[in-house]
Amino acid sequence: MSTPLVTTESTEPVRAPRRGALASLVRTPLGLLGTVLLVLTAEVAVLAPWIAPHGFSETNFAYPFQVPGTIGYPLGTDDLGRDILSRLLYGVRASMQVGLLAVGLAVLVGTPLGLLAGYWRAWDRIISRLTDVALAFPFLILAVGFVAIAGASLTSAAMALGIAQIPTMVRVVRGETIRLKNADFVRAAVAMDASVPRILLTHILPNSVSAIIVQATVIMPTAVIGESMLSFLGLGIQPPSPSLGIMLSDAQQYIYRAPAAAVFPGLAILVICLAFNLFGDALRDALDPSSARGSSSRRRRTGGRRSTAVRQPADTSPDPAARTVSDAGSAHDTDGEPR
Amino acid sequence: MIRFTAVKIGEAAITFVLASIVIFVGVRSLPGDPALAMAGEEATPERVAQIRADLGLDEPMVVQYLTFLRNVFTGDLGESTRTGQAVTEMIATTLPVTLWLSAYALAVAVIAGVALGMLAERFRGRMPEALSNVLALVGLSVPNFWLGLLAILLLAVSLGWFPASGYVDVLSDPVRGLYYLTLPAVILGTSLAAVITRQTRASMIETMNTDYVRTARAKGLSRPRILFRYGLRNSLIVLVTIIGLQLGGLISGAVVTERIFALPGLGKLTLDAVFARDYPVIQAVVLVITLAYIVINLAVDLLYSVINPTIRTGVSTP
Repeated sequence: MSTPLVTTESTEPVRAPRRGALASLVRTPLGLLGTVLLVLTAEVAVLAPWIAPHGFSETNFAYPFQVPGTIGYPLGTDDLGRDILSRLLYGVRASMQVGLLAVGLAVLVGTPLGLLAGYWRAWDRIISRLTDVALAFPFLILAVGFVAIAGASLTSAAMALGIAQIPTMVRVVRGETIRLKNADFVRAAVAMDASVPRILLTHILPNSVSAIIVQATVIMPTAVIGESMLSFLGLGIQPPSPSLGIMLSDAQQYIYRAPAAAVFPGLAILVICLAFNLFGDALRDALDPSSARGSSSRRRRTGGRRSTAVRQPADTSPDPAARTVSDAGSAHDTDGEPR
Repeated sequence: MIRFTAVKIGEAAITFVLASIVIFVGVRSLPGDPALAMAGEEATPERVAQIRADLGLDEPMVVQYLTFLRNVFTGDLGESTRTGQAVTEMIATTLPVTLWLSAYALAVAVIAGVALGMLAERFRGRMPEALSNVLALVGLSVPNFWLGLLAILLLAVSLGWFPASGYVDVLSDPVRGLYYLTLPAVILGTSLAAVITRQTRASMIETMNTDYVRTARAKGLSRPRILFRYGLRNSLIVLVTIIGLQLGGLISGAVVTERIFALPGLGKLTLDAVFARDYPVIQAVVLVITLAYIVINLAVDLLYSVINPTIRTGVSTP
């Protein structure tokens, strides 16, 4: 590593990410795997209409239930003789669409609320109280509400999933804001009489971006699984539009006759989620040099022991309101929020 | 402690009132006029007005809301438009199924998660840790309903070890009841177990590196004693936190799991109601689940303060 390592014992609260942080993403095997899978998934999602050998609802009643390996149908066909590979590619596209919409919603609504809550104590009371309550609310119940009012669709599913993730985003941005509020450069800006919007938008927000991106990689797999769940239940994307969840629901009906059809869509979901989970883990390690969870390279250097000083475990912050969002339905630990 | 409990209960009550307002307004903003629907297409305006008065729909919103609240507390949740059955009765028959399933899944997740997490800590940098990490990562990334389908294929259809579907009342026949619930509970518990594994591992590693554990070791305390007195106590805090945070996931997961294994629980009731646009049932189910969510959250908060007194006293440890 050519750049000097920031010592993990440093008490300086605000640190710039290491230079070359993005390059270190691919330095660990798991980070590399995550990045490759992510690029692959993104390509499939974008290019699905061009690379799919058949249309997603192109039926061929002469060839239902073909086994994988059939000429012209690499993964076989379903009960209506539709090409499973093509539906799979379009399904990945739909999953990513819902995921991005949900992430977008969570970022757009969660970021301003997090900034407000982090900057003003008065707002914090209300916003944090609400996010505490909403943090673990079952998204399926939200989705049921949306479907009852607006009907089942890709948009309803994305709305329900996005709204369910707003509280986690609020928490992350709030934590960052509180941390940055006391940084020297923000104090300097305050001393120079900079307006509050200016401080929030030009000083605090840009420095919170990496935390927001990491949280987005947490939300994405949650939303992808959520979409497939809703579609599986009939509350999400509606047939004949392709969705991995719908494919699984169709496959369940014919599970005795064509068990292979139940395997591929699930594998596709697994790969998408693994991609984001691995990528997110690596990204967090790369962007945050003080991350409590050592990257594997650091672990090697210190002989398998982490060199970090003992930190207050993230989940024992002395306030139930500070229960971390870590693993709120997903894979990542967030660092303890300084208060 | 009493003060803390009172504050928490008060907050929970306020939350419930807010949630009930949201649900009440939500249901009233649904498309369609119930009075018009009941009267039929050729009804005179007088007839529609009559029905509206009977249903109390001509009252001010606030009065309607209070009536709604009174009915909820007296256990009158209306009748299903689909079956004509009392909604309270429908919930009373389906709720136990979901509760048994969730409790069983929770037990599976806690036992498996804590065991795997501790194993990972015990064998740092060796095979068991790697295995536990991989299992946790896959457990988090795999959609549990897909796992359910695969389990049905392998364990129920091919090997015949477990029934693929069906429910036996746990109270009247505990052995068979739990046997029928085993596969669904394991499937529902998977992702929770994965989260618990990761956090238990992290918290155990954290605890084992603290000064007080080092002191305990220096005093000559045996490893199991240290594990139980310090390691598990700290893990317990983490555990309660996770359960609180994963509650929603567990409830959502239960709905899907019930669907896959054809269990006659609250999830099935919810889905049937949604597809039939059975609004009284939807409203009741959403209300009941929200109430359950608030009550369990309250329990988690209180439990949390028992395990970790610093929350109650406001004194933070350095």
